[in-house]
Amino acid sequence: MRRRFLAAALGLAAALPAAQPRAQQAQQAPVGIQFWHGLAQPLGGLLEGIVADFNRSQPRYRVVPSFRGSYPETMVAAIAAFRASTAPHVVQMFEVGTGTMMAAGRAVKPVHELLRETGVEIDFGDYLAPVRSYYATSDGRQMAMPFNSSTAVVFYSKDAFRRAGLDPERFPETWPEVAEAARRLKAAGVGCPMSTAWPTWIQIEQFSAIHDVPLATQANGFNGLNAELRINNPVQVRHVRNLADWQREGLFRYGGRDAAGDALFPSGECAILFASSGLRARVVREARFDWGVAMLPYYPDVAGAPINSIIGGAAFWAMNRGPNQGRSAEEWRAVAEFFRYLARPEVAARWHTETGFLPVTRTAYEQVRASGYYERNPGADIPIRQLLRGGGQTTENSRGIRLGGFVEIRNIIQEEMEKAFQGQQDAQQAMDNAVARGNQVLRAFERQNRGG
Amino acid sequence: MRRRVIFRGKVLPYLLLAPQIAVTLVFFFWPAAQAVRQSLLREDPFGLRSEFVGLENFRAVLADPLYLNAVRNTAVFAAAVAGIALGAALFLAVQADKRIRGAGVYKTLLIWPYAVAPAVAAVLWLFLFHPSIGLIGRALNAAGMAWDYKLDGAQAMLLVIVAAAWKQVSYNFIFFLAGLQSIPASVLEAAAMDGARPAYRFWTVVFPLLSPTTFFLLVVNLTYAFFDTFGVIHALTGGGPGKATETLIYKVYVDGVQNLNFGGSAAQSVILMAIVIALTAVQFRSIERRVHY
Repeated sequence: MRRRFLAAALGLAAALPAAQPRAQQAQQAPVGIQFWHGLAQPLGGLLEGIVADFNRSQPRYRVVPSFRGSYPETMVAAIAAFRASTAPHVVQMFEVGTGTMMAAGRAVKPVHELLRETGVEIDFGDYLAPVRSYYATSDGRQMAMPFNSSTAVVFYSKDAFRRAGLDPERFPETWPEVAEAARRLKAAGVGCPMSTAWPTWIQIEQFSAIHDVPLATQANGFNGLNAELRINNPVQVRHVRNLADWQREGLFRYGGRDAAGDALFPSGECAILFASSGLRARVVREARFDWGVAMLPYYPDVAGAPINSIIGGAAFWAMNRGPNQGRSAEEWRAVAEFFRYLARPEVAARWHTETGFLPVTRTAYEQVRASGYYERNPGADIPIRQLLRGGGQTTENSRGIRLGGFVEIRNIIQEEMEKAFQGQQDAQQAMDNAVARGNQVLRAFERQNRGG
Repeated sequence: MRRRVIFRGKVLPYLLLAPQIAVTLVFFFWPAAQAVRQSLLREDPFGLRSEFVGLENFRAVLADPLYLNAVRNTAVFAAAVAGIALGAALFLAVQADKRIRGAGVYKTLLIWPYAVAPAVAAVLWLFLFHPSIGLIGRALNAAGMAWDYKLDGAQAMLLVIVAAAWKQVSYNFIFFLAGLQSIPASVLEAAAMDGARPAYRFWTVVFPLLSPTTFFLLVVNLTYAFFDTFGVIHALTGGGPGKATETLIYKVYVDGVQNLNFGGSAAQSVILMAIVIALTAVQFRSIERRVHY
């Protein structure tokens, strides 16, 4: 392990000197900003297009994007680079890493500090509340720059619905109805009626928010590092039990961890897929059948459900170079200008319409709506309407999640779900185990960051 | 009879040794010392706050039921990989040692898999056994067997064992073949004249004479199964489903690189280091003493 780490560090060190001279002759040549992201194609290409537009829009700063693998890989790479004093200026970090980054102390440059020091202004009041608050401290100071925010939605094949004699324009709203629809699909010869991408994010995290049940104590971790998981509650356990039962019945297929399930829908293999709204770009490109988008289903007997879903996706974090190395004022200025460019309504609107991620600001949303985009693309406004479902007033359970070591906790939950789907344990045991193991991670994180 | 040659200078011998010592220090002792140091610390992922915690990381690792699960997995995995790789290689070597037409081609082809990188080997097996895109995987499902190694732990273990063993067969094959060729024909002819049948000759004459090779290969194969199979597991199952194929070395990676728990991961590395030292010591001592040539 040590040797791999060393090799990686050496590789990074070797790659860096190219960037250094540029900073010294900053007066003439543009200031170079390293920007690491974790979006594969086609999203990565669209993101790099926006970066290229920024570079063309002004002569003083040049952002150099580079793809660093999946979100978790990008996160690990950025942390390793920081330890070796070769961190990028800006890193795209998925929402799961938020708790870790918030506790990272001087490794990150909080956005509110960055803006104050550089005098650049960004109107965060214009950002949608669920997006803004996910990346802000509980007293409202902005820590990271929200960018690609998604939420989970349902993609379904209208062709398959027609074949099964279901109404293709109306996706069932509740889970019992969804199960019934899956039965009809199976009877009509569909091999995989439904599946899910991001099992933890969608079937546990989104599920808790929509049903207004706590995922963890301390307002899902927003109020302190001493939060404890609460996913072994009856509402959640019933859902996992249903998924396992449906899997045995042939209605539901486990599609793998994280984004592995994504491929099952555009290929036409599964008729219903619960996935990130950011999958839209790929579905538009690849699906060779008539499809629709719908809001996540809920259990009608849970009081108060459904309310708003929460966001996923990623935000941009400004990072210091290393434990003992900061950045020049000119570099911070470049980062701040880049962030301001991203906040422009036309940039946010374009990203939204090209990818299916959310319009992160109200102005961008209004702009897109006024352009008639949603009439031409039915279903494109489902994610944002779902995010504002229940009046758009977030509760403690639907504001978001801020747990340290959450990457590990997600894997733990996925592992325990896998064991439940294999029939090695029932849903109650799976959630109990996930809580016990997840809490150990939370306690370890609390100890690591105590007194920080 | 023997005259001892004594060099007078002390500088020259050390100078001649220096490059070797430098390499060993930089690439072995320094990282090893770092691992030991890290295993005694508790640190946040960014390395900004660290605290000396003594042996707490070791206690946490050894009390972790998942670590015991990884120990069990490793035992099953290493035994099966070594058993299959040695058995298959011995069988193939004995066959190749006979006078058959095209023996050269046959031998060359058997050596090829050793040149395949572990990750590539894993991808080859993935394309064979993936439940929805794999040739054999789809055939199994079509034949009514519920084959899905992404959800069935036993099937996943079976797959990584076969893939890892397949890669090691070539290496073992070369050594066994060389071992077989060094057995004097006269011994076998004498046994044949005494009326021993081929199978009896193999077990009473050939196999004991191969024992140094077998023992050497056993240690090498165990080390391989312990440490060099990361690529195969990473590409095929990622340690899953659940934790069904998480071996000790894979857990070091998961805890250190994915979960950023450097202390716990370093403690596991130190434990693995102790295991390697023990294995090496056993090998050296036994080769010197017990196994007869």
